[in-house]
Amino acid sequence: MGLLFHIGRYFAFMAAALRRPQKGRVFAQSTLIELEAIGVQSLGIVALLSLFMGAVIAIQTAHQVGGWVPAYTIGFTVRQTMILEFAPTIIPVILSGKVGSNIASQIGTMQVTEQIDALEVMGVRSISHLVLPKLLAALVIFPFLVVIAMVLGIGAGAWICNAADLSSFADYEYGIQIDFKAFDVAYALIKTCVFALIIASVSAYHGYYTAGGAREVGRSSTKAVVYSVVLVMVANLVITQLLLT
Amino acid sequence: MIKVRGVDKAFGDKAVLHGIDATFEAGQVNFIIGRSGSGKSVLTKCIVGLLEVDAGDIKYAGEDFTALNTKEREPIRRQIGMLFQGGALFDSMTVLENVEFPLRMFADMDAEERQTRAMECLKRVELEGAEDRFPAEVSGGMQKRVALARAIVGRPHYLFCDEPNSGLDPQTAIVIDNLIRDLTHEYGTTTVVISHDMNSVIEIGDNIHFLHQGRVAWRGDRKGILSSGVEELDKFVYASDLMRDIKGKLQGR
Repeated sequence: MGLLFHIGRYFAFMAAALRRPQKGRVFAQSTLIELEAIGVQSLGIVALLSLFMGAVIAIQTAHQVGGWVPAYTIGFTVRQTMILEFAPTIIPVILSGKVGSNIASQIGTMQVTEQIDALEVMGVRSISHLVLPKLLAALVIFPFLVVIAMVLGIGAGAWICNAADLSSFADYEYGIQIDFKAFDVAYALIKTCVFALIIASVSAYHGYYTAGGAREVGRSSTKAVVYSVVLVMVANLVITQLLLT
Repeated sequence: MIKVRGVDKAFGDKAVLHGIDATFEAGQVNFIIGRSGSGKSVLTKCIVGLLEVDAGDIKYAGEDFTALNTKEREPIRRQIGMLFQGGALFDSMTVLENVEFPLRMFADMDAEERQTRAMECLKRVELEGAEDRFPAEVSGGMQKRVALARAIVGRPHYLFCDEPNSGLDPQTAIVIDNLIRDLTHEYGTTTVVISHDMNSVIEIGDNIHFLHQGRVAWRGDRKGILSSGVEELDKFVYASDLMRDIKGKLQGR
């Protein structure tokens, strides 16, 4: 099917997803469940990756530092990398593999086992019922995860500098403070929110329009991750061009 | 009452339903029978609005369902209970939560009332004690019974059952048949059952539609089924081993 068909159907899907929930209490409960599934259950992987990435960036930068490059560059580079790119872009890309495939396979399985038909026959607006809590949960929890990633990455950089004697803590501390622009954090959070919406909605879209059986659920899950990552990269370029130039 | 008039449905070039006319009476167990691929499931999906018809109309108590948009259909849909062939239970919810779900969405009840009603329905399908288990933790037959409990918990005006007895042991099948019949008569429900199980048809069928190649080839009551004069229906009926016994049972009535 053509690209235009998918674009049109995606926007119709989003229009249906953003309709007012039929039952506030059920919606609130579903959103809490999704916050736990998307957020709390992703905390471990986000923390682990951020700690290692912060430490590795610090070591790599220290490897380059010498001669005319001041030692505080390590802290500066770790901070800029974590805030501008690793936390807001790479963490969502990693989460698209975890959260995106989970959303697509969950909704896809519901589709092929007639659970979505059961909702529709009852008079439940299935798209809104299933997708809106996931969108809201992703929108709320992704920025938190990204901020945690930033803090842990920068902290891990400080720890490795001290543990491996790469630079003094004072130099590192000076590096993470020098030329700090609060807008960089705002830029990171803005693009995180956009990526959260892309990942949750594209994954839900692929899951919802699954037809067939287990093999198609697997395919939808794969497509969800691939399209999410590609769209995140495109959106990253567009947002960066718009906000940083 | 549900009236279906002149319904056509095709998928691409393949026509599945041709000018279907059928009336499903309130307070009666209406059966749609036919061989695999005869269009039974497609017809049912058209009636409940999961598929759109290409031509014709479907009226619920005189209201043309096919002319309504999705939002306008919601009040009618809330009066529908449907038992899907595979159960279609929500696998992230327990048995009790599954049964309570329609009430949580649409009924003006507090948690205690909902639970009481759901437990009543679970009792009717003989599933007391299974309320805290997840669908994956119960057998296929039990899933079917949970699905029936969910379908009837809102006391629907219209009850659709797609192969309610498939995967059930004969004893449970009788329980389910009796339950469907009792609910239909008790609440005046318009019940539509899609089934291959001729034993069920003969036991509880009030009004039977036989579909062949996308057309209603015969309609009538259970007593007329053996003297229909329709060759395809005779073949369908006598394909069942049980029919030898059933024939004797009918002749005894």
